[in-house]
Parts: sequence; C-alpha cells; structure tokens
Amino acid sequence: MLPDVRRKRVRAVIALLSVLTVIAMVAFMTLGAKGSWSFVLSFRGAKLASLVLVAYSIAVSTVLFQTIMENRIVTPSIMGFDALYVLLQTVLVFAIGAGRLSAMNPFLLFLLEAGLLMLFSNLLYRWILAGAARSAHLLMLVGIVFGILFRSLSSFLQRILDPSEFLILQDRMFASFNAVDTSLLGIAGIVVAIVTVIIMRMLPVFDVVALGRNHSTALGVDHNRTIMFTLGLISVLIAVSTALVGPVTFFGLLVANLAYLILPTSRHAVVLPVATLIAVVTLVGGQVILERVFAFDTALSIIIEFVGGLVFILLVVRGAAR
Amino acid sequence: MKSTLPALLLAAFVLLVLAVASLFVGVSDVSLSSLMSGDDKSLQVLLVSRAPRTAALILAGSSMAIVGMIMQMLARNRFVEPSTIGTVESASLGILAITVLAPGAPVIVKMITASVFAMAGTAIFLRILKFVPLRSVLLVPLVGIMLSGIIGAITTFFAYRLDLLQSLGAWMTGDFSVVLRGRYELLWIAGALGIAAYIAADRFTVAGLGQHFTTNLGLNYRRVMLLGLTIVSLVTASVIVTVGSVPFLGLIIPNVVAMMVGDNMRRSLPWVAILGAGFVLVCDIFGRLIIRPYEMPIGAVMGVIGAFFFLYLLLRRTSRAA
Repeated sequence: MLPDVRRKRVRAVIALLSVLTVIAMVAFMTLGAKGSWSFVLSFRGAKLASLVLVAYSIAVSTVLFQTIMENRIVTPSIMGFDALYVLLQTVLVFAIGAGRLSAMNPFLLFLLEAGLLMLFSNLLYRWILAGAARSAHLLMLVGIVFGILFRSLSSFLQRILDPSEFLILQDRMFASFNAVDTSLLGIAGIVVAIVTVIIMRMLPVFDVVALGRNHSTALGVDHNRTIMFTLGLISVLIAVSTALVGPVTFFGLLVANLAYLILPTSRHAVVLPVATLIAVVTLVGGQVILERVFAFDTALSIIIEFVGGLVFILLVVRGAAR
Repeated sequence: MKSTLPALLLAAFVLLVLAVASLFVGVSDVSLSSLMSGDDKSLQVLLVSRAPRTAALILAGSSMAIVGMIMQMLARNRFVEPSTIGTVESASLGILAITVLAPGAPVIVKMITASVFAMAGTAIFLRILKFVPLRSVLLVPLVGIMLSGIIGAITTFFAYRLDLLQSLGAWMTGDFSVVLRGRYELLWIAGALGIAAYIAADRFTVAGLGQHFTTNLGLNYRRVMLLGLTIVSLVTASVIVTVGSVPFLGLIIPNVVAMMVGDNMRRSLPWVAILGAGFVLVCDIFGRLIIRPYEMPIGAVMGVIGAFFFLYLLLRRTSRAA
C-alpha cells in the first residue's frame, strides 16, 4: 500500500495529465478546421486514433522492456526492434514479390509480420541476453549496432529490388507521422486491446520481475518464461506502432523516463497509464503545435530524435558517473 | 620482430591486380583487345571514367582507413571512426550550410567548410568524452553514435525545410559511379594527407598511450591532437564532398590490421592503406556486378559488411571474457 502523501501525488499527476490529454485531443480535432465538419472529424478522428494507439504501444512496450531488462536506458527501438520489423517487411517483399503481396489481405499480412517479429525478436534477444547481459553498455551497443545492421540490410535489399516494384510498395509499407497508415487501424485496435487485457492481468508479475532475477524467482515467478512472454507482447506492440507510423527511435525513452521522474512509485499499475498519458499528450499536442502553429509537418520525428539523443547521452554519461 | 615486408609486397601485388580488374569491369565494354584495336570509344571510357574511378577508390579507401586508425589512437578506443562519432554527419551539415549560403561556391570552398564543421563536431565528441569519468570502452562509441544521431537530426531538419533531402542522401551514401575525370581530383589531397600521417605516425602512436605519457616523452600532446584532428577532418570532408560517406571502413581495416601486426602505427600504417584500398575496390566491383546493368552504391554494401564486423568485434570480446 502506498502512503497517503504519495497516493495524493499520483492522483494529482493523473488528473493533470488527463486534462492535458483532453485539451490536446480537442485541439487536434478542431484547430484550423475548414469546410465540412463531418469530413474533418472522421479524417482527423482516424489520425487521432492512430496517434493514440502509437503513443500507447510505444509507452507500454518501453516501460515493460525496461522492467525485464532491469535498465532504464534501453528501449525496444534503441535495441533495433522496429528496424527489425522494417527488415522483415522488406524481406517479405523480396521473397514473395510485390504483386502477390499487395494482393494479400492487409490484415493477414500484418498478422504474419507481427508473428514473424515475435519469433525473430525472441530468438535474437534470447541469444543477446545470454551473452551480453553482464554489461549494460555492451547490451546497448550490440542492440544499436543490430539496429544499424537491420537498416543497412533493408536499404541494401530495397536497392536490389526492381525499382518499379519498390515504388509500388513504398507507400503501402513505410508509414511516417504525416502519412499515418490508417487502413490498419481496426486490426491494430483489436490487437492492442487483447494485449492490454493480458498486461492488466500480469501487472503484479511485472512488479515482481522488476525486483530482479533472484528476488522474483524466490517469490515464485518463473523469471525466464515471464521475460520471453513479455518480449512477445512487446514485439506485438512494436509491430503495431511501426506499421502505423514507421520507426521512432527515442520517443519511448523520453516518455518512460519522464514518467519515472514525476512518479513517487514504480508500480506498473501506475507507471503504465501515466507513461501512456504523457505519450499521448506529447505526440498529439506536439503534432498540433508543429502542424497548426509552426506549419512544420514532418518535423516531429526529427525533433524527437534530436531531444531523445541528447537525453540518451545525458542518461548514459550520468549513469556512468555514478 | 619478424619482418612483414614480403607479405606487404604480396598484398600490394593483389591490390594492383584488383585495380586492373576495376579498369575492365562495368556496363560499357572495355577489354584489352578493344583497346589494342584502337577503338576510340573504349579508350575514352577508360580515360574519362574507369581510370579516375579506380584512382578515386584507391585514394578514398586508403585515406579513410588511415583516418579511422588515427581517430582510434586519439580517442584511445578501438570502436571509433568518423562515421561512429559524428564527424561524417558534421561534415554533411557543413556541405548543407555552404550549399544554402553560397550555392555557386567552388568545390574546394565546400570541402574547407565541410572540414571546419567536421573538426568542430569531432572536437565536441572529444569534449563530451572528458565528462565520462569512467572511461568505459563501450561508452565511447555509444555516446559517439548518439551524437551522430543528434547532428544528423539537425541536418535532416534543415535539409527537409530547404528541400535538400535528396542531396543529403547523396552525401550520406558513398557512390563512386559519379566519379569522372575532373570531378575527383580533390581526393589527391586526401592521399597526400595519408602520406603526412605516415610521416607523423610515431607521434600518433605515442599520443595513443595517453596525455601524461606523451608529455613525459617531451611531445606537445595538444599539438599532436590538433594535427590528428586536422587530418581526420580534411580527409573525411574531401571524401564526402567527392563521393559521399563510406561508413565503417575506418573501423574494419584498422582493427583487422591491429589483430595482424599490432599497434605500432609506423609498422601498421602501410597495411592499413593497402588493405583499405583493396577492400574498397572489392566492394565497389561487387556493387558494379550484383545488379547489372545497375549499380549498387558502395555505401550500401559497406553498411551491411561494416555492421556485421562491428557486431563481431563486440561479441568476440564477450565470448573471450566469458
């Protein structure tokens, strides 16, 4: 049980963030709207829903990843998860061919890609964790270089691909913040809902896992199995966010660390919703400010990259100083 | 110590064979018989395109490998090279700046601007390293890669705003197919700087042993650092201005050579130069053949090979430590 003061603080934080979230969402839906409201609302509604799903997926996957890694600097995207997803997409085009792939049902295709990501990330990170877990720095560096490798391999394969085939698929497969792929919204929503139910049932387990391997084993949690299962959940969430808006390297790092900073507790029942709220506020609010106020459209991901890189260096250097 | 001279001569001979092969591989047909028969067209192709391209490959390959080695001595870390510490990104920021401010500037002005930026970026990196009290071997490339990301984000932001993303792509992905007579001569400066590095080799070797040791031996540490930084920045800038970035070359070659002949730079530098040139030649010929009649830029080939090698270096250390 949390002491009273802390509980009050948590409540205040959640209340404040909820208000901000509502403001950001309303601003996103209404600011600068011209013409028919029914069109604006449905068009922006789909985009807003996608952004919220992305914010949720990134925030939750990052916090869970940091819990099972017992490290607050690594995130799935720093470790190359979303680059791996893009690589898998590219390899699929390569193996099956653009024509047959675009004839496929997009839902089935998404499920296939998410499944492959689960499989490969599990294999890969099981292997990395077995070898590199002793040093957090090695773990991060190996993850980052794997990310570079996946990106280079994707661009290598994309260059081998027939140019016209590549063009057909480029729009379909590679989304970004200003070209949100809303066609996958339905399936993404369902998948995220299922994952959420599983996560809610596992919340106490995550709190125990956060204590470390020895403690959690002593408390009766099958540590290895939980980690592998959680990696699977994380893969699904990463697949959702990457399919919707493409790879975003540092967003998770920013929101997760902000949540740890303002919260007096590290219980997942509190951290996960707060991180999600922060993510929604920053993503939706940031998009509104950049798009409507400054008229910078794709700049959001670049700014996240810039700030996130600075924060990362700061965290790493400070962590080393301690 | 056993002399490596015979092996070195053999390597030089192999390099010569590769260079000759490079003259005769490509889309348009150039062969010994067509030259003998006095075919004007194939002679033209040889003189205007193939010979300059081969020279550019040798110059860029050897000088970038040498620069990687110097950087590793100065930062006293095996994992650094211009593309992992922000030098490359800073140089392309410089090219972007001069392209915007003075579009018609001659290429030498572009190169000098790029090298000033490259030098500033590298100096920032070395500055940050001072704040890392525990000089963790792995923290250095970690910080460097992130710094590259930050500088890259700034560059992308401005390139995006100014509609120069495509040109940015050309600077960041090395491609020797653009080399023609009259458009690569800047690389001779890089070659000359490589020779300068050979003359100053002993100083860099000593500087690699640390500031106190260097000062004890009566060398001005700051001056050696400055000399090294100047060579690194000028070479990186001239290569990026003419052909674009060749990632990881400075990481792969010096590490392979260090495994073979050790850390004395006077001894290892000829090896680095020859292997660097040979490796770039092989990669470029491979890029010319793999998707004939198109070409794969060398940057894409090196990205894949380099990332694999980086992982090998990192994980080899772990398995040895285990």
